[in-house]
Amino acid sequence: MPNLLQLQHIRKTFPGVVALDEVSFTIAAGEIHTLLGENGAGKSTLMNVLTGFYAPDQGNILLDDQPVRFASPRESLSQGIGMVYQHFMLVPAHSVLENILVALQNVPLLFPRRQLREKIAQTIADFGLELDLDSPVWKLSIGAQQWIELIKLLMRDCRLLILDEPTAVLTPQEAAKLFKVLAKLKQQGKSIIFISHKMREVMEISDRVTILKKGRSVTTLESGEFDQNRLAALMIGNDRIPEWQKSLPFSDELVLEIENLAVRNDRGLADLDNFSLQLKKGEILGIAGIAGNGQKALAEALTGLARVDSGKVLAAGADITRSCARSSYIAGIAHIPEDRKAIGIAPDLSLDENLILKSFRSARFRNGFFQSRRAIRQNAQEKIEQFAIKAGPSGSPVRLLSGGNIQKVIIARELSERPQVLVALYPTRGLDIGSAEYVHKVIAEGAGDGMSTILISEDLDELYKISDRIAVIFRGQLVGYVDPATASREQIGLMMSGEVPA
Amino acid sequence: MLEILLDATVRAGTPILFATLGAIINERAGIINLGIEGLMLIGALSGFAATFASGSLFLGVVAAFVAAFIAGSIHALICVQLRGNQIVSGLALTLFGVGITALFGRGLVGQTIEGFERHAVPLLAQLPLVGKAFFNQDWLIYFSFLLVIAIWFFLYHSRWGLNLRTVGENPTAADACGIPVNLYRFLAVACGSGFVGIGGAYLSLVYTPMWIENMTAGRGWIAVALVIFASWSSFRALGGAYLFGGVTAMQLRFQAMGTTVSVHILQMLPYIFTIVVLVISTLRLQKGASQQPGNLGLPYDREDRK
Amino acid sequence: MILRIEKREQGSALFRSLTTTASLLCALLFAGFLLFFAGVDPAAAYLEILKESLGSSYGLSETLVKATPLIITGLAVSIAFRMQIWNIGAEGQIYMGACGATGVALFSGLDSPLMLPAMFAAAFIAGGLWAAVAGLLRALWQVNEVIVTLLMNYIAILLTNYLIFGPWKNPDGYNFPLTAQFSDAARLTEYFNTRLHSGFFLALFCALAVYLLMERTIWGFQVKAIGSNPAAARYAGMKTGLAIFLVLALSGAIAGVAGFSEVAGLQHRLQHGISPGYGYTAIIIAWLARRSALGVVIVSLLMGILLVGGDSLQLSWQLPVAFAYAFQGLILFFLLASDFFINFRLRRVKETDDA
Repeated sequence: MPNLLQLQHIRKTFPGVVALDEVSFTIAAGEIHTLLGENGAGKSTLMNVLTGFYAPDQGNILLDDQPVRFASPRESLSQGIGMVYQHFMLVPAHSVLENILVALQNVPLLFPRRQLREKIAQTIADFGLELDLDSPVWKLSIGAQQWIELIKLLMRDCRLLILDEPTAVLTPQEAAKLFKVLAKLKQQGKSIIFISHKMREVMEISDRVTILKKGRSVTTLESGEFDQNRLAALMIGNDRIPEWQKSLPFSDELVLEIENLAVRNDRGLADLDNFSLQLKKGEILGIAGIAGNGQKALAEALTGLARVDSGKVLAAGADITRSCARSSYIAGIAHIPEDRKAIGIAPDLSLDENLILKSFRSARFRNGFFQSRRAIRQNAQEKIEQFAIKAGPSGSPVRLLSGGNIQKVIIARELSERPQVLVALYPTRGLDIGSAEYVHKVIAEGAGDGMSTILISEDLDELYKISDRIAVIFRGQLVGYVDPATASREQIGLMMSGEVPA
Repeated sequence: MLEILLDATVRAGTPILFATLGAIINERAGIINLGIEGLMLIGALSGFAATFASGSLFLGVVAAFVAAFIAGSIHALICVQLRGNQIVSGLALTLFGVGITALFGRGLVGQTIEGFERHAVPLLAQLPLVGKAFFNQDWLIYFSFLLVIAIWFFLYHSRWGLNLRTVGENPTAADACGIPVNLYRFLAVACGSGFVGIGGAYLSLVYTPMWIENMTAGRGWIAVALVIFASWSSFRALGGAYLFGGVTAMQLRFQAMGTTVSVHILQMLPYIFTIVVLVISTLRLQKGASQQPGNLGLPYDREDRK
Repeated sequence: MILRIEKREQGSALFRSLTTTASLLCALLFAGFLLFFAGVDPAAAYLEILKESLGSSYGLSETLVKATPLIITGLAVSIAFRMQIWNIGAEGQIYMGACGATGVALFSGLDSPLMLPAMFAAAFIAGGLWAAVAGLLRALWQVNEVIVTLLMNYIAILLTNYLIFGPWKNPDGYNFPLTAQFSDAARLTEYFNTRLHSGFFLALFCALAVYLLMERTIWGFQVKAIGSNPAAARYAGMKTGLAIFLVLALSGAIAGVAGFSEVAGLQHRLQHGISPGYGYTAIIIAWLARRSALGVVIVSLLMGILLVGGDSLQLSWQLPVAFAYAFQGLILFFLLASDFFINFRLRRVKETDDA
């Protein structure tokens, strides 16, 4: 097969970080090429180079054996390279129609709205999808939003499609549908770059796999040359993984009871609806579900950040339904938020200050109205050592730390007051395997000391590995509990799309 | 009586209308412009100076647009290309406008020109009550009507308008669609500023056909507040501007009638009124789905790590 | 070869201060062009500014006199800045502070030593309440504080005019819009036979107090945390609404103190133009000082030089007072531009296609 695209010796740096170095691989026409790597290995960065968002520091891109340089996404698009981004490129306030229209080429200044509308509706129907063209995008599920992104590209006639972790927001069944679409596109002679870190999918659809590790391309393997173990070994390499053991069986004592909880979002839609859950002491309860089915609202309701419409939350028997963030903290509920940088840290403050963001009022850190600088510094030194945080120079803003280290800062802070309950949202998202394992270790050790964890994750592998029980959430409701030791993926997948097990 | 009041309302509201429309174009692209007050002054002075020198009112309007376009380009350059703080840059533009017009307007204080005349629109001007107020006016007022419709049409029925709205809502998405984000932002700020300048020129060419230092007296800030009231829609801007014009007209009417209430207290009314309107429209904004452009006030950097 | 913009790691303090200085010089240069086109010889004008403000002991004292309200107001604005709150209404708060102090001075009948503290308290409260309106609206309903504080400037000035044209007008003042002169008990001490008054030391004390409050107390810590990331602060259990309200009120109260210092130390009566735009200059000072209380003091002294010089230009060249605004606008423009070079750098990228 002829080469469609070649990347040679790509290097890209950000202030203080080498994100990509010596990355080379080739895409043949009509192949599905998987880019495999841990979180933080540079997959998204590399794709952003390819789509013209990032200008590489060094290296060449050859398209049809001709050198090209993409100074902007516009130039990359015009060469037929399109991407479904992990963070969608949609305007939530605009309608589905407008979101697709804006991506089309050659639309005249005063566009024939009706004609274009029909064309778009036709394409949507061709792929067996159902989308209300006039609905604003924010009303749609995340899965549906991803389909819009794909339709945008299909209508542009792209030669090369890039999909960045598309299955993260799909149920296993929806993912299967996506793979069918991809197979069809492959038959039409289009090339696809598929990004994932889920081994199972990679095995299923890839013609070739290129493994990326710490910003470098390790190797490219042809179909037949790889199996799951080999890929995993290449991906992780000889990284040291912290050792941990799952805790002993938990007790039957209830630490947290949620009864018929309902939470509405600021647009008046129900994020949680008649949701009930029970958490036992020392238990790690996984919550499985497609992103956007009420996980965030659950975490926020538990930690006092979202207003509860109706229902009850009892912590060790005490009603904390109406408590604000501060009293939840006192009640012993710690929270690792979904979006670390957006709500987990005060980016301009130092590491020391971020570690006491919640406990700054405690007598330990103050002399009356004044802060006790010495105690704050000492606390930081302890935490840096205990949680192996790679801290920069003392006093520098915490935003300069890497994602994994920021997550450690948050965990150190949240666990420092020995919470009864930890609510962790996607705590390992975006972390490399070493850091992710470290997070698992902390949670498992906490469980040994009697801490209960609600682990909200979209990664079934993670849930299987660490949870004592798995609860499945769909459209703000609890579908049911399963035992990870016995339940199959297919069973959980069905429940994630709302089917109650018989 | 009501007819006269309505007529005064339209005339007092028109400078604000132009300024609000200009600000809406800025904000639709995602750029806050707090330099409206300064831009109006720049428009007022250059419009007056050009008309005074050439005798042509048309040239005055063109000069106001061009001068404010250029001044707005400074704001655009800083906010778009240099990714500076939009609030500070806007304030700087206002300070700059107040100062530079005071400096260069020294020689024109006390001069007079012949302002725009009224032209009745056949038939429409005969309508009872509203006919005279809306259709026996000057060309600039008719132009403002046209602009209201044109901006609405542009935003919702043209490809460029869709692109512009996308840029203001989510510049990254716009970029990914191949829309030149910075170009759109720059032109929106500069052109929007130009319309603000015409609003200023309405003051110095029609409303009080002369140049007075700092003659806008806070109208630019009122326009900034009205953008929120208008929820970024040109038609609602029309309503907001006339609402303000009505308060001004009534206040002037009270003064003319010689009430015992102090002039200074009466003069506060438009400002107090604007704050009340701002509060109400902010509350309304929070209830429904927000109309505010999603990326308002944020600089766009393509290489920001996503 | 092409040029590319990329983010810089934190630049050194030296680099930052160099770029800031360079942008000030650029603003001076550009303002020189403006002066030239307005028919003023810029070199002569700048020389005159320096001579008038620094060339004599009287000039120096005048510079300190001008710097006094600037320091206090600059601190007021900078506190709000720490929380990403824009208090553009310091101008109006100065007026309200002045009104409060004047009310006590004229009608309380107090005598020293109670008079000055009472005036101070009245100014503090009046300025604070004035800004608290915007603070309340912002905290409760997220109403844009920039617009509210600004519009309230116009209202404050009109209210002052109402008072001095109406109920507070000096009955023996030949119908001029002025209040009666304050009694000696209502005046701050003056030094060295100049207009320099103890308000200057009050300003320095304010700087120290603000520094301690913001950098050393748990309340200041909250303000900084909320300013850095309000969502994180809420998540950490801080009451952001209350803090926003308090910060704006405190900011207004401090600006009110500048009004007190002006009427009690300098004017000794309430009259039109108590502040010729100190509240707006304060925004630049706070921005230039980049969060530091000491920085506010230093920048205010520089601005004092400019204002004293500007006043004399007004006399000798008939320049409008408002020209100072144009100059301040220019400074801000160039500062913003220099920020770009602090945060980003242009890098040459080699063409590697042929390599």
